[in-house]
Amino acid sequence: MILVLLDVDRDALDPVSLQVLTLSRGLDPDVQAVVAGDASVAAEAAAHGAGVVHVAEHPGLTDYAPRATAKAVVQLIASLSPAAVLAGGTPRGNEVMAHVAAFLDAPLATDCTSITMGAPFEVTRARWGGNLLEESSVTASMLLATIQPHAVAAEPSAAAGTVQAFTADLDDADLAVRIVERTGAAATGVTLAEARVVVSGGRGMGGSEPFAMLDDLAALLGGTVGCSRVVTSEGWRPHSEQVGQTGTKVAPDLYVACGISGATQHLAGCKNSKMIVAINTDGQAPIMQIADYAVVGDVHAFLPLLLAQARAASAG
Amino acid sequence: MEILVCIKRVPMVGAALILTDDGTELDTRRLGFQLSPHEENAVEAAVQLVEKHGGSVTLLAMGTAESEEQLREQLAIGADRAIIALTDGSEPDPQATAAGLLEAIRADGAPFDLVLLGSESADVAGYQTGIRLAHALGLPVVTNVKGLSITDGVARCERAVGSEREVYEVPLPAVITVRDGLNIPRYPSVPGRIKARKKPVTTHEVTIGAPRIVKHRLVVPPATAKGTTVLEPNAEGAAALVEAFREIGVLS
Ligand SMILES: Cc1cc2nc3c(=O)[nH]c(=O)nc-3n(C[C@H](O)[C@H](O)[C@H](O)COP(=O)(O)OP(=O)(O)OC[C@H]3O[C@@H](n4cnc5c(N)ncnc54)[C@H](O)[C@@H]3O)c2cc1C
Repeated sequence: MILVLLDVDRDALDPVSLQVLTLSRGLDPDVQAVVAGDASVAAEAAAHGAGVVHVAEHPGLTDYAPRATAKAVVQLIASLSPAAVLAGGTPRGNEVMAHVAAFLDAPLATDCTSITMGAPFEVTRARWGGNLLEESSVTASMLLATIQPHAVAAEPSAAAGTVQAFTADLDDADLAVRIVERTGAAATGVTLAEARVVVSGGRGMGGSEPFAMLDDLAALLGGTVGCSRVVTSEGWRPHSEQVGQTGTKVAPDLYVACGISGATQHLAGCKNSKMIVAINTDGQAPIMQIADYAVVGDVHAFLPLLLAQARAASAG
Repeated sequence: MEILVCIKRVPMVGAALILTDDGTELDTRRLGFQLSPHEENAVEAAVQLVEKHGGSVTLLAMGTAESEEQLREQLAIGADRAIIALTDGSEPDPQATAAGLLEAIRADGAPFDLVLLGSESADVAGYQTGIRLAHALGLPVVTNVKGLSITDGVARCERAVGSEREVYEVPLPAVITVRDGLNIPRYPSVPGRIKARKKPVTTHEVTIGAPRIVKHRLVVPPATAKGTTVLEPNAEGAAALVEAFREIGVLS
């Protein structure tokens, strides 16, 4: 049996959890799920193959509490003895699973793109933000792993999804770290991770003022602005706009890279874009090699031309 | 406030990742090395906290003696002393990394109010060293932190989720893992570099147990060949892009 940890935030199931359920069905016909405190997502999990949805209950499990969730999962593991426990390679999936692994003093393979059951388990996992894959074997009686987002596409497959509540035995230390507050309004504009169009600038923009052109182009295309790490280090734009390995990973329909060289760590965050347009004075820059359209030229001269024509097109 | 920052030396990879002939390692012969980026933010945060609250910053790097290069760089921005948890250079798995750090912390013997790490390393990215270390030290841990302040012995930690921030509060002592965007790390000054040469760097040899995650080989994922259309930076080029934008429906 494979136990899948569901990543739930205020009644909403993270889509990566459905991908993990899908992948798990390929490893073992018996797939069950576990969630802390919140049975509202059971139907969705059932529709993706969860035969049983175990719900950990405790008065302290009102909002996300990583160690408490892990403790509950550890208690469930003791009673179910699954062959593997899997979660999404999301911030929460990775975090809870690391606590599980620490409690059990067991290995944890994060960000896996494929798994083969057996003794030992064989996994392929992402390094360097996905620019490198590692093939490893994991020596353990039970596999603990997280799955890289989008390693598989979620496919529905109806299962019973019987809800089984269990009482988690938690102490103060388990509940010491939990969300006490949320700040910042929930998204009103387009968020970077979900935008259909991302217009990004790099060092070649030369400063913060020219980014006004990118703001305008993004607005015309119904998208949002991104940037490279050089730009955030220079303080030209906030870090929330950084695309890449240590920023946000995006996969929009259109990615426009202006004055960005295309370092591997930047590409790790944008290479899954459906269409890439690069504007760069250097025709040999790595970004130009992976672009669908490469404009060899100066952003300061070309962007006004592009903006004028895009404005005319959208007005006409 | 006594702060320990655990840092990792990683290769500075360029536009391509080149592997050794046996495919088990990155070929680093032509590469420079640097601090894993999240940890630049960790050191900067530690130095800022000590500037504000007093105390000292100790750095801990696990790896070969060459880690001294990154340690001296960070001593130059204001850390006070450094420890190398010396290994034979073989790559530890995440459990062995946490065990090695713990061994060095115990051998050093100094108590810390705050232990900072990067949320994940640039190269291996296991997302677990800080959490394992916290369990071993019996301390609470908050991960992935992009906003940090300390008032009356309580750390207020913010985590970015979409356009929101989740806030966590933990009393010290605690382990906190941070990420890029927490602050803008400063560059070392010339006087800072000169002072750093005299700051103490001690070494504790640590033993790495047999890995339970055994790496067989590394693979560079094949690039999907693309037919790139090269455009001139003129009105025709702009027109071609506008047409392409219309085709995919992002411009009406
Ligand atoms: C572990 C690690 C993680 C990292 N994470 C990230 C990350 O998340 N995101 C990220 O972006 N980077 C990241 N980096 C940094 C990355 O390696 C690069 O340093 C960075 O992406 C480079 O930014 P850039 O392309 O803006 O600048 P550069 O590499 O300096 O490129 C500037 C480009 O602009 C072009 N140019 C200059 N002037 C003009 C002009 N007038 N018109 C048109 N083109 C012009 C140049 O030809 C050049 O190609 C990370 C690095 C490490 C080591």
